[in-house]
Amino acid sequence: MELVLSIGIGVLIGSGVWLLFRPRTYQVIIGLSLIAYGVNLFIFSMGRLKTAAPPVLTSGAVANPADFADPIPQALVLTAIVIGFATTALFLVVLLASRGLTGSDHVDGREPSQ
Amino acid sequence: MTWAEQLVIVPILLPVMTGAALLLIDERRHVLKAAVNVLSTIALALVAIALLDYANTPTETNTPVTSVYLLGNWPAPFGIVLVLDRLSALMLVLTAMLALAAVVYSLARWHRSGPHFHTLFQFLLMGVNGAFLTGDLFNLFVFFEVMLASSYGLVLHGSGQGRVKAGMHYVVVNLAASSLFLIGVAMIYGVTGTLNMADLALRIGAVPASDRMLLDAGAGILGIAFLVKAGMWPLGFWLPTAYNAAAAPVAALFAILSKVGVYVLLRLSPLLFGVEAGPSSGFGDSWLLVGGMATIAFGAIGVMASQAKGRLAGYYILVSSGTMLAAIGIANVSATAGALYYMVSSTLAISAFFLLIELIDRVQDPSAGVLAITLDAYGEDLEEEETEEEIGVAIPATLAILGLCFAACGLLLAGLPPLSGFIGKFAILTALLNPEGLTEGGNLSVAIWAFVVLLVLSGLAAMISLTRSGIQAFWAPIEGIVPRVLLMEIAPVAFLLALCVGLTIFGGPVMRYMDQTAQALHTPHTYIRNVMTAPRVPPPAAPTAQEATP
Repeated sequence: MELVLSIGIGVLIGSGVWLLFRPRTYQVIIGLSLIAYGVNLFIFSMGRLKTAAPPVLTSGAVANPADFADPIPQALVLTAIVIGFATTALFLVVLLASRGLTGSDHVDGREPSQ
Repeated sequence: MTWAEQLVIVPILLPVMTGAALLLIDERRHVLKAAVNVLSTIALALVAIALLDYANTPTETNTPVTSVYLLGNWPAPFGIVLVLDRLSALMLVLTAMLALAAVVYSLARWHRSGPHFHTLFQFLLMGVNGAFLTGDLFNLFVFFEVMLASSYGLVLHGSGQGRVKAGMHYVVVNLAASSLFLIGVAMIYGVTGTLNMADLALRIGAVPASDRMLLDAGAGILGIAFLVKAGMWPLGFWLPTAYNAAAAPVAALFAILSKVGVYVLLRLSPLLFGVEAGPSSGFGDSWLLVGGMATIAFGAIGVMASQAKGRLAGYYILVSSGTMLAAIGIANVSATAGALYYMVSSTLAISAFFLLIELIDRVQDPSAGVLAITLDAYGEDLEEEETEEEIGVAIPATLAILGLCFAACGLLLAGLPPLSGFIGKFAILTALLNPEGLTEGGNLSVAIWAFVVLLVLSGLAAMISLTRSGIQAFWAPIEGIVPRVLLMEIAPVAFLLALCVGLTIFGGPVMRYMDQTAQALHTPHTYIRNVMTAPRVPPPAAPTAQEATP
């Protein structure tokens, strides 16, 4: 499981970084989204990987914390997803404004040959 | 809890509620929106000053004041805390002063040139204030994002090709930096199991050697996120372009944004990696010193090379950030105190300069500014906003007053006597050359000498280029009419400069405050103890299960 997750994070972030350095705004935004997915998985994995373990303690019983998944990274991931989603949407607006104003989807607002 | 302790939450609540309320007001009702914004900003300034006064009250035991506000009434390592101490109070006041100047300036023209200016303005203030107050790393991320999201909107305010292009680069760089922030926070949580800054400080010393590398990697990645914000070379190439493109009042407020990055490093570096941190003690200090010096050098060259004044100001922000970073890297109490004074003075001056630039550029006939056009050759011309009918009192003797303000800005930015820019630089230089505080036996390392030389040279660079643009602006023959400059526009500039004069006149008390702040930063025991032992507010009736806020 660890291996699959780390390869997954690596592939997401690697592709994201590659796309981030491409000259088209659409590639950049997809790159940023992929990086955000990779980062979210990474945060999640920092709570250690566990299967079939609930993140919430049952009331009354004295429980062994080792039997439970760490809830904090899950809460952090939720927040990070929301914020990442909002900022990506915001960037999409800037992207469209740039496309509308310059007529080009190059990140510098004009084709390199011009 | 006393009223002052309750007041700690106000710098966050007031802007968010004002911002939300402003959304409900119709966009066409400019006057009402502006009035609400100005009143709220004034109230914020008053609250910030009250908090500064509270943070500065001497306690019986002579320990620094650290007021802790438990959000959700959970005890410290479990819930999120807001912490007010001298440093955060100082930053709050600085923010409020810049905001006051920027909002008044914007009333003359800028606030009508795009939708939701006032709302974004208030949300930006909320993010900045929250970042200064929070005592939790992940909460810091949230406030960073609030701040950045509103700044994305504000940098585009006024629209136009130049702004959209610069804004897009700004957004991409900061989104990428936010990902690094999250990775850093997650790694630190993975190693230490906590996100509370005070709790982290306690746990970092006890991290086992096998995890030490992960912790350092996490802290390094987190540091890069803040350094991007602060504009350290080579992470700050986006900064001059974005600040130059932003509208004048926005740029004036943005002067505080790069200081947010500096603030976090100033807070975390001595807290987490002080003497208590064991093998990690002093982590990153040499990086900050060298990176800061490289930033000063890059910024100074940029200042010399800039033809347009907006770019010059942007590069000067890099110089100022670099000076702060290098001073943090020295990790010495008196150097930090000098750097704090320098930061306040340079931030006020740079903000005043951003406001002044627009007024001066109005004086210059655009066709006469041949040199300024060379810059525009690189990018598309900024679309000029169509001139609207301006209302308000125009000031007499426009050129003389603008010239005076420009000269004052020049003195402040170049660090020449008699104004506060000189005192700040002098304080840093004294701390650097004072051997007792740094190295035994009085021999200074090469790095310190290099810092001293760079500090002096950066002042020279600022002086040369400011003199040059001053001559171009004021001693060149002006064709046609001298433009109207409204009282409302020059008053904020004068206000910020007057604050700098005040810093100079009350240099003694201000410097004492900075000394105590630096002392508290470098010996964070009181901070840690106060946060960890902050008492919960007893529930009024029978205790009920409380909801946690993520």
